[in-house]
Amino acid sequence: MKSRVLAAMSGGVDSSVAAALLVREGYEVIGVTYKPYVPPQADPFAPPRFGGCCTVGEVEDARRVAMRLGIPHYVLNMSADFEETVIADFIREYARGRTPNPCVRCNQFIKFAALRQKAAELGCDYVATGHYARRVFDESIGKYRLLRGVDDSKDQSYVLYVLTQEQLAHSLFPLGTWRKEETRQFAAEMGWAVAHKPDSQEICFIEDNDYAKFIREREPALAQPGDIVDSAGRVIGKHAGIIHYTIGQRRGLGIASPAPLYVTRIDAARNVIQVGRREELLSSVCHASPVNWIVGEPPATPRAVTCKIRYQARRVNATLTHATEEALRLTFAEPQSAVTPGQSVVVYDGDEVLGGGTICACHDEWSEAVPAA
Amino acid sequence: MTQRIYLDHAATTPVDPEVMEAMRPYFTEKFGNASSPHAFSREARAAIDEARQQVAQLIGAQPDEIVFTSGGTESDNFALIGTAFRWRDKGKRIVISAIEHHAITHTAKFLQREMGFEVVAVPVDKHGVVSPEDVAKQLTDDTVLVSVMMANNEIGTIEPIADIARVVRARGIVFHTDAVQAVGQVPVNVNALGVDLLTLTAHKFYGPKGIGALFIRRGTRMFSLLHGGEQERGRRAGTENVPGIVGLGKACAIAQRDMAASSARLTALRDRLIRGIMERIPDVRLNGHPTERLPNNVHICVKGVAGEVMQMNLDLAGIAVSIGSACTSGALEPSHVLQAIGVPREWVRGPLRLTLGRDNTEEDVDRTVEELARIVTRLQQVRRS
Repeated sequence: MKSRVLAAMSGGVDSSVAAALLVREGYEVIGVTYKPYVPPQADPFAPPRFGGCCTVGEVEDARRVAMRLGIPHYVLNMSADFEETVIADFIREYARGRTPNPCVRCNQFIKFAALRQKAAELGCDYVATGHYARRVFDESIGKYRLLRGVDDSKDQSYVLYVLTQEQLAHSLFPLGTWRKEETRQFAAEMGWAVAHKPDSQEICFIEDNDYAKFIREREPALAQPGDIVDSAGRVIGKHAGIIHYTIGQRRGLGIASPAPLYVTRIDAARNVIQVGRREELLSSVCHASPVNWIVGEPPATPRAVTCKIRYQARRVNATLTHATEEALRLTFAEPQSAVTPGQSVVVYDGDEVLGGGTICACHDEWSEAVPAA
Repeated sequence: MTQRIYLDHAATTPVDPEVMEAMRPYFTEKFGNASSPHAFSREARAAIDEARQQVAQLIGAQPDEIVFTSGGTESDNFALIGTAFRWRDKGKRIVISAIEHHAITHTAKFLQREMGFEVVAVPVDKHGVVSPEDVAKQLTDDTVLVSVMMANNEIGTIEPIADIARVVRARGIVFHTDAVQAVGQVPVNVNALGVDLLTLTAHKFYGPKGIGALFIRRGTRMFSLLHGGEQERGRRAGTENVPGIVGLGKACAIAQRDMAASSARLTALRDRLIRGIMERIPDVRLNGHPTERLPNNVHICVKGVAGEVMQMNLDLAGIAVSIGSACTSGALEPSHVLQAIGVPREWVRGPLRLTLGRDNTEEDVDRTVEELARIVTRLQQVRRS
C-alpha cells in the first residue's frame, strides 16, 4: 500500500482535484478541512457567511467531494494556532505601517507546520495541497527544489517560498504540472459542483475585503487620525488612521490636487501618511528580512535573477546583490512602483524559486532605519 | 477493511428491526392524521394511545402524563421555558447543575439574557455527583425550577435524583430531570424518583430520531412551547409524528423487556473495557463515578494527547468513538463537564468517550484496547520527535 496522505481540502476546485489525483495514484488519502478562523460568536439568526475559506459552504463542499471520493474527511478547528501566528502578526504589521501577506504566514505556520503535525499524528507521511507549484528532488545536492507551476497564470510558488527542506520533504503538490482549465475540466468530468466555483481572491478571514474594519474592531487604538504630508513634509490633509492605507494607494485620500496623489510612505512612529506624485513611488532597490532560501543556504551574489514584489505582480529582472541567512538586497533592472514593506519579495532563477523575504525597505537609506522584524 | 466497531451509543443507536417493523405501516397504509374524524385517523389515534401507554409503563407514569415532542432538546426547552414563563411572577431564579447538557445550559442562558432570570449552577464533586445539600443551599423563595440531569452524557455519572427531588419538592419548587441518557438503560420510575418533569428521547435506546417525550406530573402547571392545534391535549401543538411515536413506544416496550439482561451484559463489557484500558494505556484516567455510572459508559482522559487526534485515528482504524458529547465536537474549549469535575490541565484536552451497545462483543472491546494502545504509543512518539 502507498503512503497515507493528509489532503488539505478547502472546498475549492483545486484542492478537490488534488485529493482526487492522489486517490487515483493509490495513496491512502485523508481529507481535512481546517477552520483557520472562527469569527466571534455572532447572532445565530444573522445570515450565515457563505464563500471564503472558513465558512459553512466551504466545509460542506469539501465534505461532499470527500464523500464522492470515498475518503474520510475531518474538520479541524485550527483557530487558536491561526490567531497566534497569522492574525496577531497581521495586526502587528499594520500597526507598524506595513502591508502583510497573511497567506504566506498561513503556509509557513499552519498548512505546512501545525497541519503537518496533525498529519504526523494521523500517521500521514505527507500534507498535500492544491497549490500550482512543483517540488523536485535534486539528487546532485540531495535536496528539494521548488519550481513554479507549469500554468504561468496560476503559479502559486510565490506563497511557498517560506518552506524549509523538512517541510518540502513532507509536501505534495499534485497540481504542479496541471493547467487551471484542466483542473476545472477534471472536476466537471467528475460531475462536481465545485468545478465552476470562482477562485478565491480575498484574505480568507476578512469579510468584504475590509481589512481596516477587521483591525479596527480588534484594536480600536490603531485607528488614530493623523496628518497627511507631502514629500516636503507640509501637512496637506488628515487621515483616518494608518491602517486604512497601503503604499501606492490613490483613492480615499480626500485631498484636492492638480496631479493625482499616491501614498508613498507610512510612518507608524509619527502616525503620518506621506503622499506624492506617481514617480515618487518608484524604487530601484529592495531590502528584505527575514528571508528563507529553499535549498537551505543563500545563493552566491551577485546573481542575475527575476523577482516578484507582490503576489499579483509580474516577475521582473533584477540582480541579487546581497544574500545571507538573515537578509537580501535586490537591484531592479527597471525601477519598480509601490514596493511595499510587509509584502514578500520572491526570487527566481528561471522556473526555480530560490527563496525570498519580507520587504523591509525600498530605498537604501531606509534600510538602516527600519528594524528587522 | 476489517469489521467496523461502533462505540458511540451515547450519541445515538441504530433502530431496532422490531421498532422499524412496528413503524413501517404508519408511513404508508396507516398514514392518517390522528385528529381527523374517520377510520384512517382512528388507526393513527389508536397507535398513539398504545405508544403513550408503553412510554408511561417504562417510567412508571400515567399515560396522560406523557407529552410527545421532537426529542430531548425540545423536551428540555419545554420544561425550562414552559415552567419559567408560567411562574415568572412568583420568582425568577432557576437552579441547574454545572454539568447539564447544552439543551439545558443554553436554554437557561437564554432565559437569563432575554427574560431576566437568575441562573445558578450547582457544582459537582470530582466524580460529577451533585449533592442534594448543595442544591438545598441554593433554593430560595423566588426559585421556580430546579433541573438536574439523571445521568451525564459525557462521563456517565448517575445522579442521586430521588434525594435531590426530595429537597426541591419539599420547598414546593418544580423539579425537572433530563433523563435522556438514563431511560432505556437503567430503571427509571418517576414516582420513586419524585420528579415533576422528565425528558426522554427514543434514539438513545434503539428508537428513531426526532421523537421524544416530556413527562409532566399531573397537577404540574406550566405553559406550552408550541401553540396551535389541540394535539397532546393542547400541550404540544402540531400534527403528531405517528411513525415516530409508534417507534418510541415500541422501543420503550423492548427496553422494559430486555433491560435487566442487557444491563448486566453491558456492565461486564464496560468493566472489561475499563480494565483493558487501565492495563494497556500509559497515563490514563477514568472520569466519572467508579460504580454509579451508566452500564455502557467509559470516559477517559489520556495525558498530553489530544482527544480529537485519538478519535480520528480510531476512526481510521474503523472504530467509532467520541471525544465528549457529540454536540460539541470541534469546539476548542475543554468540555464544561471536565472542567466542573476538575480534570487537571494536562489531561483535559485528551478526552475519549466509548459507549457500548447491545451489538458489541468482547472481541470489539479487546480490539479497541489494542488499537488505542497502539495509537497512544505512536502519538507519544510523534510528540517527542
